Amino acid sequence: MGVPSILENRQQSIVFKGRKKQEIRCETDSEAGCVSQRACVYCGARVVLNPVADALHLVHGPIGCASYTWDIRGSLNSGADLYRNSFSTDLKEQDIIFGGEKKLTAALDELIPQFQPPLVFVYSTCVVGVIGDDLDAVCKAASLRYGIPVKPVQSSGFIGSKSAGYRAACDVLFQLIEPPQPLEKDTKRFRLNYLGDFNLAGEAWIIRSYLERIGVTVNVVFTGDSRYEQIRGAANADLNIIQCAGSMHYLAGKLQEAYGIPCLSVSFLGLDDTAETLRAIARHFNDPSISEQAEALIAEESARVMPAILKYKSRLQGKKAAVYVGGGFKAISLIKQFREIGMEVVMIGTQTGRKEEYEKMDSLVNEGAVILDDANPAELERFMLEQGADLLVGGVKERPLAYKLGVAFVDHNHDRKHPLSGYAGAVNFAAEVYSTLGSPVWQAVQGGVRHGRV
Amino acid sequence: MGEYNRDLSQNPCHMCMPMGGILALKGIEGAMPLLHGSQGCSTYMRRHIAEHFNEPVDVASSALNEKGTVYGGKANLKKAMDNVRRVYQPKLIGILTTCLAETIGEDIRQISSEYQAETECDCRIVTAATPGYGGTHTEGYWRMLRELLVQLTAPVEKHERINLIVPAALSPADLRQIKQTLALFGAEYTLLPDISETMDRPYEDCYGKMADGGTPLAEIAQMAGAVATLELGGPVDAKLSPGQLLQDSYGVPLYKLPIPIGLANSDQFIEAISTVLNKPVPAAICRERGLLMDAMIDAHKHSFQVRPVLFGDPEMVFALAGFCAENGMFPGVVATGGGSAGWRKAVAELLADSMNPLDVIEETDMSIVRARSEANQVNLAVGPSVGRYLEEQADIPLVRIGFPIQDRLGAQRILSVGYQGTALLLDKMVNCLLERKHKTYRSDLFQAYYQEREVARHEL
Repeated sequence: MGVPSILENRQQSIVFKGRKKQEIRCETDSEAGCVSQRACVYCGARVVLNPVADALHLVHGPIGCASYTWDIRGSLNSGADLYRNSFSTDLKEQDIIFGGEKKLTAALDELIPQFQPPLVFVYSTCVVGVIGDDLDAVCKAASLRYGIPVKPVQSSGFIGSKSAGYRAACDVLFQLIEPPQPLEKDTKRFRLNYLGDFNLAGEAWIIRSYLERIGVTVNVVFTGDSRYEQIRGAANADLNIIQCAGSMHYLAGKLQEAYGIPCLSVSFLGLDDTAETLRAIARHFNDPSISEQAEALIAEESARVMPAILKYKSRLQGKKAAVYVGGGFKAISLIKQFREIGMEVVMIGTQTGRKEEYEKMDSLVNEGAVILDDANPAELERFMLEQGADLLVGGVKERPLAYKLGVAFVDHNHDRKHPLSGYAGAVNFAAEVYSTLGSPVWQAVQGGVRHGRV
Repeated sequence: MGEYNRDLSQNPCHMCMPMGGILALKGIEGAMPLLHGSQGCSTYMRRHIAEHFNEPVDVASSALNEKGTVYGGKANLKKAMDNVRRVYQPKLIGILTTCLAETIGEDIRQISSEYQAETECDCRIVTAATPGYGGTHTEGYWRMLRELLVQLTAPVEKHERINLIVPAALSPADLRQIKQTLALFGAEYTLLPDISETMDRPYEDCYGKMADGGTPLAEIAQMAGAVATLELGGPVDAKLSPGQLLQDSYGVPLYKLPIPIGLANSDQFIEAISTVLNKPVPAAICRERGLLMDAMIDAHKHSFQVRPVLFGDPEMVFALAGFCAENGMFPGVVATGGGSAGWRKAVAELLADSMNPLDVIEETDMSIVRARSEANQVNLAVGPSVGRYLEEQADIPLVRIGFPIQDRLGAQRILSVGYQGTALLLDKMVNCLLERKHKTYRSDLFQAYYQEREVARHEL
């Protein structure tokens, strides 16, 4: 049709494995008018903090920001469920003109006595950043009045990308963490913090059970099903393991700097990554009993799930996958996980991947695969078709596009209702891939409406 | 009523203005929405809309960053228009502002005229001020429609077409039903906006970035000469009403009608068409009316047990209130996130006959809706997916209607307008209660009465 679907300014954000060496442009602002799939700073902060289950989450801004993020993520909880409410100061025109501080104060004065939360997060939104409400002062005053932390989150939408929101969230989490309790000399304990799991469909619970089985205690999960008390005590851990590195490597860095807690990048997506992670943790603690128990768990769980995985693999062998997800960690793990079920990734992209993550992806994919940063629907469409992808992994916005193109689809986003982590998750993943690639629907609708028999 | 309102929101029952603007533009032929603001707004709204319709939803953003916010976003907005034109080749770009653009004082009208002069672009550009703090999504929807009319219409020769203006809460299936009704009358009409094809697309052997369908721009240009405007907005405020604008600017007579859900509401719609065209009601429609009456009689003893909470867009809730009242399903709560005192009064009048405790609440949120629903012993919820929390947490089953419906499939196929749609909705509501009844009545009655027998046996 002569429509250039790749805009000139986007070319540097798209590279092909094996073609002339070109560094991918990433970690930059989105191009205006490109229909980026990215969200904003506020979104980044909200998704990271929202799973803190006993906190009161108050959005200081107009109604939309609270409306579109109510109960965002399928983060599950045990007990406390205040986080499932979306509170907003619901700023109106008058508040924009005269300032929203009074309204924020009034909201805190009403909500804190009513819900008695141990902790309040107050999220800043675009307008609040522009009209110059002194969030710090209002929160500090409320904190003094009620004797609980009331934490401003500097998440005005325009001050950066979603990654800036991750950092804003990490800054606030770090402020809540207290210095560690002094340890008795020679105490041996195997206690870690698990960063970057939001307990979607109970995933953090699955991982915690594995760790407990090998003799490792989870001190706190950032932030799936977490509580203020647990977050405060985060410095009492001997190790940080980070899964969703995009959102959490900044916090891990701060904890290492302040309290000398070492960190380990991990992934519980797929059989190989899960096994390798358990082994790496065992190696870190350098304790024979942990190693033994880890090997036993790996052997037992692998044996349990392998028959199912192999069954699916026999049907999926040789199919091609396209991946477009939020962060780099997930993208990297997915390349390996597809390989486990006999599939090759021919297109891979993320909203907020970092340079080193893209390098890793490049090293993992086959020649000719396309790698994209901050892609848009036009590019996703073009490369799915050009690369002959049979399936796309993405989120809600990408799903209808894949379906319209006759491409199978796997949801790998916030609101999935089944776990994809660990051994149970690996089976769910293979089953989901098969449920969409192996569906007879594609045969039935082949060619679309114009090829129908009528 | 005012007494329940707080100066904050806990679990919103509505969305913000640009969302409504996007929904309106999605029903215009070859239109591409462009939000002037930070990147997140468009992404959130795309996600919400895509989940409801199960259709790809492309919305551009000027992706304002810190620099653009401090020094002005003109360059970003112009570049965004360039890029949108290259990739999508739209017939119209609809620029909507956001909180950010309005607060920093962006003059989008000026920027877009400048752009048109500089580029001699053949694509129409329409702008609307839709700051998130300025109102609800329904208000953004009406404002976008008004701006389309202000910027795309001029006096034209009178003609025989009818303008039909519809609210945001209707589904593609609803619009198809309305079009069918007009076709039965043999009417020529312009439906504004028309998402019946754009937001419910068939599976085809090739995919176009821009959907077919939508109100043709050429027809919009002719709306000033129409024989009349039928506006299905119920008690929508005159200052929001696109039909009011056509009446005031061009003298097109306006019929303000409720959404045709319910017997009386549908009658009003049919009578208005018949009056404007000066044609009798087609026999097929009379028969459908009879079938609805038959369905109402079949259901009436069951419907009398329904005590619903109605929530969602003010136009939808108003129509539902009338429909419920005529079936004896007197609501316990009627609520909207937007609305006005005028809306509240209009709803209260519809329900004046009710003997049940009733709260009619405007500008409210779902925490209040839940509290009042429990207090007034509501047994059925009717509204969009935000009501799933009533189902989950207060055990009030939800019949899904309106926008957005994200936790069930098929929102685009939900038919609730006209005599036929009304009968379907009535069945759905009544069956929802019957399902519960059949599930529990044996154990309920056992619990209630069997224990007395136990005592009696003990005495033997």
